Amino acid sequence: MSLLSVRDLRVEFKTPDGIVKAVAGVSFELKQGETLAIVGESGSGKSVSNLAYMGLLPQSKTTITGSVILETEDGPVDLIGLAPEKLRAIRGKDIAMIFQDPMSALHPYYTIGDQLIEAHQVHNDVDKKVSADRAIELLTLVGVSNPAERLHSYPHQFSGGMRQRVMIAMALMNNPKVLIADEPTTALDVTVQAQILRLLRDIQDQFEMAVILITHDLGVVAGAADRVNVMYGGRLVESAEVGELFKDPLMPYTVGLLDSIPRMDKGHGNRLKAIPGQPPSLITLGDGCAFAARCSRKAELPEGTCETSPDLIAVKKEHLVRCHLYVGKGK
Amino acid sequence: MNSPLLEVTDLTKFFPVSGPGIFSRERGINKAVNGLSFTLNKGETLGLVGESGCGKSTAGRTILKLYDPTSGSIKFEGEEISGYSNQKMKPLRTKMQMIFQDPQSSLNPRQSVGAIIAASFEVHGIKPEGGVKRSVQELLERVGLSAEHYDRYPHEFSGGQRQRIGIARSLALRPKFIVCDEPVSALDVSIQAQVVNLLTDIRDDFGMSYLFIAHDLSVVQHISDRVGVMYLGKMMEIAPTESIYSSPHHPYTKALLSAVPIPDPVLERKREQIVLQGDLPSPMNPPSGCVFSGRCWKATTKCFEVEPKLTKVGKAEVACHFPE
Repeated sequence: MSLLSVRDLRVEFKTPDGIVKAVAGVSFELKQGETLAIVGESGSGKSVSNLAYMGLLPQSKTTITGSVILETEDGPVDLIGLAPEKLRAIRGKDIAMIFQDPMSALHPYYTIGDQLIEAHQVHNDVDKKVSADRAIELLTLVGVSNPAERLHSYPHQFSGGMRQRVMIAMALMNNPKVLIADEPTTALDVTVQAQILRLLRDIQDQFEMAVILITHDLGVVAGAADRVNVMYGGRLVESAEVGELFKDPLMPYTVGLLDSIPRMDKGHGNRLKAIPGQPPSLITLGDGCAFAARCSRKAELPEGTCETSPDLIAVKKEHLVRCHLYVGKGK
Repeated sequence: MNSPLLEVTDLTKFFPVSGPGIFSRERGINKAVNGLSFTLNKGETLGLVGESGCGKSTAGRTILKLYDPTSGSIKFEGEEISGYSNQKMKPLRTKMQMIFQDPQSSLNPRQSVGAIIAASFEVHGIKPEGGVKRSVQELLERVGLSAEHYDRYPHEFSGGQRQRIGIARSLALRPKFIVCDEPVSALDVSIQAQVVNLLTDIRDDFGMSYLFIAHDLSVVQHISDRVGVMYLGKMMEIAPTESIYSSPHHPYTKALLSAVPIPDPVLERKREQIVLQGDLPSPMNPPSGCVFSGRCWKATTKCFEVEPKLTKVGKAEVACHFPE
């Protein structure tokens, strides 16, 4: 059963230069307890697509269409177009989110105790003492030592890794079913990243949460994800189980992305295989394949084929790809 | 054996840290670089890695005399430059250049690309053969941009292209030595690979040496001949690239390497990882003895009391009482 079902999500921003089609028709499902990684480069729409249904984009300049159905205790709810107060009741309770930069996501003027307790009080009609106990329980769980005392500390008194632990504790305050982790370790050093990834894995098992892991780091994906969605130019271009994606990537962009990573296990001195060219402008990008301008295999197809965008098709079981090379080769 | 291009001995750079408020007195000293020694040969690339706050960027900037060293010696082509004034450094700046991490903030948004690169010639009063414009256009083409980009402004370029402009600028005076400070960290992987390849090509073409500062160990492995690992302002281990990645001797190097995720689900999930406990201590108050002792799983009483010196172990130099 899917917990979250995203259907034809589109996000457009009005800017002085024109309309930016940040997300152009993305659909995916999130199952209970799984980790879905969304990978892509800057501007691929991987963050925006998730911020959109969380109601975290500026409303005046944004157009969001499509549907995002979340299974809640009161039955399925479409998060798109939901009244702000109804969305507030869901956000932080059924779906929680952690961000890349815990310094700017935590309020510098309030103690972390105030912030953790508030996150609980908003959704639960209980005494503050109960919320404080819950905060201490979760700080212990995420590995903050002396939690009762640290409740009175301010964010700047924590290191980057510790702040991210506090963020995780805050996200867990109301036992969410879905955790969206937007580049949770990008701002951290590798040794601290290893600690945080391990922590995320442990709490996911314990809380039986589904996690959407948004990242650009394919190393992190390899270690943490069950399934991977690859995004490019605001579109979902490939989706597969993690082992399958790394073993048999289909879309030329995914192949190029995997080839361009410098790998420590492959020895040094080899020339890196870069993808030529630049990512597309999301203002001028037409209806064709977003990757066509940089694609090395375009020549294998009759001229003009890539000027239309193919559908996302299943080439193998649970392996979807959006590429003309595979049209008609599915089963 | 020729003398090295750059020889750094016991380099330190301390920053005074003031208390809260403008008028308060000095509260402590941040020992950002604390006794660093290494050499760099002609045409060689030394990678300098470590976590944030380990002093790798400060080291790079102090070597270029963008900061005045607190003590220690910096010899460039045999010339002791640690005490040089800005005036005396100026002629040397044609030979020593820098590439910064963020091409957004290191390029003046109000100047055209042509003006930004041409400034290198003007500042040093150099009149290149064929004229300044011609030379700048050649440089643009060399770094993978085109001559028509001469009159454009930085905001018209993507991040990767802006980094190419920064590279063209640092190449203008045909330097012998470039400090690359996290030159690809702000770029996406597919673009990062383009820039790493470009840096490798121009290094080989012009016979330059790099001090390549980065936190990404896999990028450093690709470009470096030797790698130095820093922790709290000190060199923990320095060794030829192949040997340091295949058989690290210092426990910190080992932990650092094991923390880097491998982009392969099969390998990534079965490999053993050393997860270090705790965070980097404050460089204002570094631990006594070995600076890594507080997080090291092998630490004994000796490690907390006696600071280990860099000593030869195999092909590497390691600062550890109990190297692996």
